Amino acid sequence: MTENRKTMLLIGATSDIGRATAMAYAEAGWQVLLAARNVQSAQRNADDIATRTGAGVGVHALDILHSDAMPGFVDGLPVLPDTVVCVVGEMGDQERAQVEFDHAAMVFRTNFEGPSLLLGHFANRFLARGSGSIVGVSSVAGDRGRGTNYIYGAAKAGFTAFLSGLRNRLAPSGLRVVTVKPGFVRTRMTAGMKLPGLLTAEPAEVGAAILAAAEGKRGRDVIYVRPVWRGVMSVIGAIPEPIFKKLKL
Amino acid sequence: MLLEGWGRYPRFESEALGLGDPLAVPGLVASSRGIIARGNGRAYGDAAIGTRRTLGALGLDRMKAFDPQSGRLTVEAGMLLSDILAAFLPRGFFPPVVPGTKLVTVGGMIAADVHGKNHHRDGSFGDHLEQLTLVLPSGQAVACGPSENADLFRATVGGMGLTGIITGATFRMKPVETGWIRQRTIVAKDLAGALKALDDSDAATYSVAWIDCVARGAGLGRSLIFAGEHATRQEVSSERPDAPLLPLASPGRLGVPFDLPAMTLNKASVAAFNELYFRRGARNGDKPFLTHWHPYFFPLDGVDRWNRIYGRRGFLQHQCVVPPATAHAALAEILDRITRSGKASFLAVLKKMGAGGSLMSFPMPGYTLALDLRVTDETFALLDQIDRIVVAAGGRLYLAKDARQSRQTFEAGYPTLGRFNDLRSAIGAPGHMASHLSSRLGI
Ligand SMILES: Cc1cc2nc3c(=O)[nH]c(=O)nc-3n(C[C@H](O)[C@H](O)[C@H](O)COP(=O)(O)OP(=O)(O)OC[C@H]3O[C@@H](n4cnc5c(N)ncnc54)[C@H](O)[C@@H]3O)c2cc1C
Ligand SMILES: NC(=O)c1ccc[n+]([C@@H]2O[C@H](COP(=O)([O-])OP(=O)(O)OC[C@H]3O[C@@H](n4cnc5c(N)ncnc54)[C@H](OP(=O)(O)O)[C@@H]3O)[C@@H](O)[C@H]2O)c1
Repeated sequence: MTENRKTMLLIGATSDIGRATAMAYAEAGWQVLLAARNVQSAQRNADDIATRTGAGVGVHALDILHSDAMPGFVDGLPVLPDTVVCVVGEMGDQERAQVEFDHAAMVFRTNFEGPSLLLGHFANRFLARGSGSIVGVSSVAGDRGRGTNYIYGAAKAGFTAFLSGLRNRLAPSGLRVVTVKPGFVRTRMTAGMKLPGLLTAEPAEVGAAILAAAEGKRGRDVIYVRPVWRGVMSVIGAIPEPIFKKLKL
Repeated sequence: MLLEGWGRYPRFESEALGLGDPLAVPGLVASSRGIIARGNGRAYGDAAIGTRRTLGALGLDRMKAFDPQSGRLTVEAGMLLSDILAAFLPRGFFPPVVPGTKLVTVGGMIAADVHGKNHHRDGSFGDHLEQLTLVLPSGQAVACGPSENADLFRATVGGMGLTGIITGATFRMKPVETGWIRQRTIVAKDLAGALKALDDSDAATYSVAWIDCVARGAGLGRSLIFAGEHATRQEVSSERPDAPLLPLASPGRLGVPFDLPAMTLNKASVAAFNELYFRRGARNGDKPFLTHWHPYFFPLDGVDRWNRIYGRRGFLQHQCVVPPATAHAALAEILDRITRSGKASFLAVLKKMGAGGSLMSFPMPGYTLALDLRVTDETFALLDQIDRIVVAAGGRLYLAKDARQSRQTFEAGYPTLGRFNDLRSAIGAPGHMASHLSSRLGI
């Protein structure tokens, strides 16, 4: 164990994907900072990761909808992390969001506005320092809007575009931005849903894929955790709109 | 949801609910009746199937704290033993007691007060517990340990989930220099030889005997006795200089992907298997050699879902313990019946036990014999006969393996049942905490 270990910040630390990602970094020898709105449940994951790996793990309060508090949050961290991973998201209820616009706005803000604003703060500080990596967990749902989840999908599409633009802006400075489109993952968000086995990843697979994409020698820009998803999404993307609009998806 | 134990017999409908957050357990427990906790479902029979609801504890899977000075580890109760091994063996710590599979939860290890190959020396898992957190039927969460709410502690360790839901526990891991076991194999030509070899191995940390259940007559009870010690760093580096000192488990590659026709386990194939196993073991002779911890402690975990090998009707494990004075006569009679029935089990394991643990714990001083039998129409009558031998010898059956014993057999084996029932009444457990095992046995 070396003194100058790298530090990663995981935003959305009560999520199953987030827990697995932080665990993958801790196992690889990183210090971990966890941020969540529910500090008590995040502490449970912090203790778990620290006990399993011996890594130092700190917990910090953050609500992704409170944009005013973001600069204070970033400056209040013990160190500016080397890597920041944001897994915050909220699927919402599509039918409800079609009539209750506050609910739609919450889904937009949780998946798009909040994560984008927060990662923007880190981008500026990373640029000033000259180093840092940013990972955002978006979704294949953002690749093409579907009648059954386009509120969530639209928000993720916005986040995907934000990450791609940010990558473009930071690339000349050698900073890495990774977009993660996990496909189906067996987590609390999908509990009770019938998921196709081949297309469904375990949270630990996502964690390992993120670590490899963000920190591996051969970095990656956009990852689909299970490679089959790339094919699935290019087929879905290729369906002409006049046909697509009539499909029940 | 249709639930079954590891033996796949019996099966019952029960509403399955997953526990994810320890703070949510009290409300859930207080508001439902006919409930029982379920860990990883490795109990063989009906112990982890609630009469109405079954609360799955696998989501309570967080570690809380570890102190490398004392080895003290605090975890949530749904933590798998395999996770503990993966996190701590590389750091030079081993659990104080492990059963024959690593795919069990800490809650299940407490509720069954499991024993390992070191029971004769180190006692059962409950003997190494410093504290546990129990959610009572009322929903109240209480801490208990050997000197704190001791009555509740003694009823919960070995209490098969019938006092409430265990949410967390603290126990001590032991330091080991390596992940290797220095194993010695002793050959015993009959049952008396096997019991003597186990007695002679009292000083060994680990000991267990594998009985050839096909041998009859003068060879009845012929056995291989495996004694083991945690190997030192020096032993490993001199005998296996290239081996890693603290190796992790290699994931099992074999698997039983579907229900094998029950035919595969017919008499001839078991006899051939036993012959092979016995010869291979005997060839290693008395010379100690190094074994990787995983096959030594968890040989069956190398084969995924091996319980399917017995076919759709499932199988029964019969595990009894009998006191030293009656052991030879009783075990000889049991083995004789088993071998003569031609229903020789795939596995017959004999182990010496030390002092007993808690109120309803299975272990007591004596010898424990475990047999696997495929479920057929005749199996039940055969086991009833064997139970009569066990009761006459002053022994008892292990609840974690049981799926069929009668109330009479149970009551004869557990004279402390009255005290257990009194304590259950005092905390409002009757009718509230209820498994198919407890309703079958009238607990
Ligand atoms: C291959 C194999 C080898 C084995 N070898 C041994 C051995 O060598 N020694 C030995 O002692 N046992 C052995 N066993 C039995 C096994 O260790 C026990 O049945 C153990 O209880 C299984 O743990 P589990 O987590 O699967 O619990 P389950 O099978 O799910 O439950 C077992 C009991 O524990 C209770 N329980 C589980 N979790 C909780 C909780 N959180 N709170 C309260 N109660 C709870 C259940 O209500 C039930 O009564 C073996 C089993 C197998 C399959
Ligand atoms: N599971 C899948 O199949 C799947 C597929 C594709 C993409 N994803 C994406 O993967 C990410 C992680 O999802 P998951 O499956 O692990 O689900 P999850 O457990 O529901 O994770 C969502 C996380 O976002 C947090 N969050 C929501 N609103 C917040 C707010 N206002 N402030 C701070 N944190 C907030 C949640 O915290 P609380 O615990 O406090 O609610 C939770 O930690 C999400 O972005 C999701 O969209 C998941």
